[in-house]
Amino acid sequence: MLEIKDLHASVEEKEILKGIDLKVNAGEVHAIMGPNGSGKSTLANVLAGRPEYRVTGGEALYEGKDLLAMAPETRAREGVFLAFQYPVELPGVNNTTFLRTALNEGRKYRGQPELSAGAFLALLKKKMQLVEMADTLLSRAVNEGFSGGEKKRNEILQMAVLEPRLAILDETDSGLDIDALRIVANSVNKLRSKENAIILVTHYQRLLNYIVPDFVHVLYNGKIVKSGGKELALELEEKGYDSVRQEEIAAK
Amino acid sequence: MADTSQIKGWYLSLFKDFENHLDGEKSSSFHKVRKEAIGRFAEIDFPNTHQEDWRFTDISPILRHTFSRADKKAATIPTKDQISGFQFNGMKSRLLVFVNGSYSPELSLQPPLPKGAVIGSLTDALKNPHDIVSGHISNNASAGENAFTALNLAFAADGAFVHIPDGVEIEEPLHLLFISTGPGEFISQPRNIIIAGKNSRVRIVEHYVSLDGGTYFTNAVTEIHAGENSSVNAVKIQSESLNSYHIAMTEVSLDSNANYTSHGLSFGASIYRHDLNVALNGEGSDATLEGLYLLSGNQLSDTHSMIDHASPHCSSQEHYKGILDGKSHGVFNGKIMVRKGAQQTNSYQENRNIILSNEAKVDTKPQLEIFADDVKCSHGATVGQLNRESLFYLRSRGISEDQAKLILIYAFASDVLKDIKEEEIRTQLEKMLSERFLAAAR
Repeated sequence: MLEIKDLHASVEEKEILKGIDLKVNAGEVHAIMGPNGSGKSTLANVLAGRPEYRVTGGEALYEGKDLLAMAPETRAREGVFLAFQYPVELPGVNNTTFLRTALNEGRKYRGQPELSAGAFLALLKKKMQLVEMADTLLSRAVNEGFSGGEKKRNEILQMAVLEPRLAILDETDSGLDIDALRIVANSVNKLRSKENAIILVTHYQRLLNYIVPDFVHVLYNGKIVKSGGKELALELEEKGYDSVRQEEIAAK
Repeated sequence: MADTSQIKGWYLSLFKDFENHLDGEKSSSFHKVRKEAIGRFAEIDFPNTHQEDWRFTDISPILRHTFSRADKKAATIPTKDQISGFQFNGMKSRLLVFVNGSYSPELSLQPPLPKGAVIGSLTDALKNPHDIVSGHISNNASAGENAFTALNLAFAADGAFVHIPDGVEIEEPLHLLFISTGPGEFISQPRNIIIAGKNSRVRIVEHYVSLDGGTYFTNAVTEIHAGENSSVNAVKIQSESLNSYHIAMTEVSLDSNANYTSHGLSFGASIYRHDLNVALNGEGSDATLEGLYLLSGNQLSDTHSMIDHASPHCSSQEHYKGILDGKSHGVFNGKIMVRKGAQQTNSYQENRNIILSNEAKVDTKPQLEIFADDVKCSHGATVGQLNRESLFYLRSRGISEDQAKLILIYAFASDVLKDIKEEEIRTQLEKMLSERFLAAAR
């Protein structure tokens, strides 16, 4: 589904990604772990098309197409979704209207009929139950005045509504208490399927107790220095990022 | 400074012509007021950018035209269909139509009035000297500080005249529709007088539109007097031709416990200047001033508001927003005066602007003059661009860049529109907003 080859990217002339290779197939969950500043969030944002990030080399093929050549909205309509580390507050933009617009933009792009307000509301109710979100948040402005947990849940609600083929969750676990984490993780697990893939970007192993990945990659200084199965996350938790990195250097 | 004596001479000769067409009215007491005003006009100069209050607003393009007096007979009469195009879908209102500044009873729509209420034209009011009218005009009409207000009074002959007696509530909004239509380049100078008695309630929509996108000049003055414990709700929609000029003065005075709410919406005109002076004369009065200017191309929109806290226990809230595209220029000057003795004043002012292009600009200036010591006053001004984070967030959900911009512009403007009580007006304004900016965004 996604094939990243030797991806380089910079922010404000500073190179952050220094050659990433990653292959993600349908039905897989990949966790990308690493210390602060290793480039995890940059990778997530580059894949979603944030304009401030400049790709300086390499490529990313999404279902055989050149992902990096697409506008952010095209990527979304093609089925790529980024759950933001810091969801943006949009005062004056109604949450429900926003979600319906987003969904219908994707449907139009794929040649599907747009959903009426009524049909959308019915769909939304179902998805709300999934993320255990209060109805009152729907009539409010997008993320405005939401607590940290509510914002993250709103991201997952958007994911549930838009049904992406490739979801990238950027530190969705950060700042969540254990109950909110459980709700978010359960929702994500319900959205897992053979057809879609998930990339979990996280700093902590904790999330992976709830969403069990098929693969774990360690990102360090803009490169993936180690890949393995779910047990790699535990090893990281135990030994810390530095020792894993030292081992890698020694092995080479 | 350019020599303006020639153009002044033009307007003085226009006054002679105006007088010659007045017939019997020439000997009326009101005509003395006019003559004093033209005398004042002859003495003072047009405003120029060397004056602090006009520093950012160069009106010299207006002075390059020799506008003629609007000729009632020559004007293209709007059709019923054209009129209904300017009405607010589904809104029940009393409609007063003015064509090039002259009241048109044929095009207007007036359900029966409550006893004692007068809702009509200034021309009619002057013809049947009502105590209120003559009293009000002679007491309040002033040539004002600048050449434009003097000129308006000198030529004052028509406009809306509204008198709501004590205790009367007018349910339907009064829709004052000022339509400008060709041919020729002309000046129209409506003078609107609204007097709301004690405990009365009235809603007014002052609406300026153009039929054919012509070049003309609207020089309007609106006087509003809100009596004790009355409520006056005023919406002004300036949607003039983009080739036109609109200079306006709104003078509002509030008696004790009166409530005045205004929404000033500026979409049209090449040069727009609105002086909005609100005097909180009576204890416990309250004024809310909301405004939105949407500019593109080479448009200039200048709002000069002056909120005069002359009595204790009054409050005022002012909230103006601007959205600027192209090479447009927005000016906001918000003066708050708290006079000695106006204790327990509560005043809040905010001006926020979004600039969509590299060449648009905003000059914003709050001015606080406080002579009382027990007051709460705050002000703020911002000029910025659409938030990049917000744009990316919307796009990352599949919403196109153009639409994302529109959504954010809507959101920015919506809190100015949201308090407009008439849903029909709000809906129409939102539609105008989308038409304007969808086109601009592409």
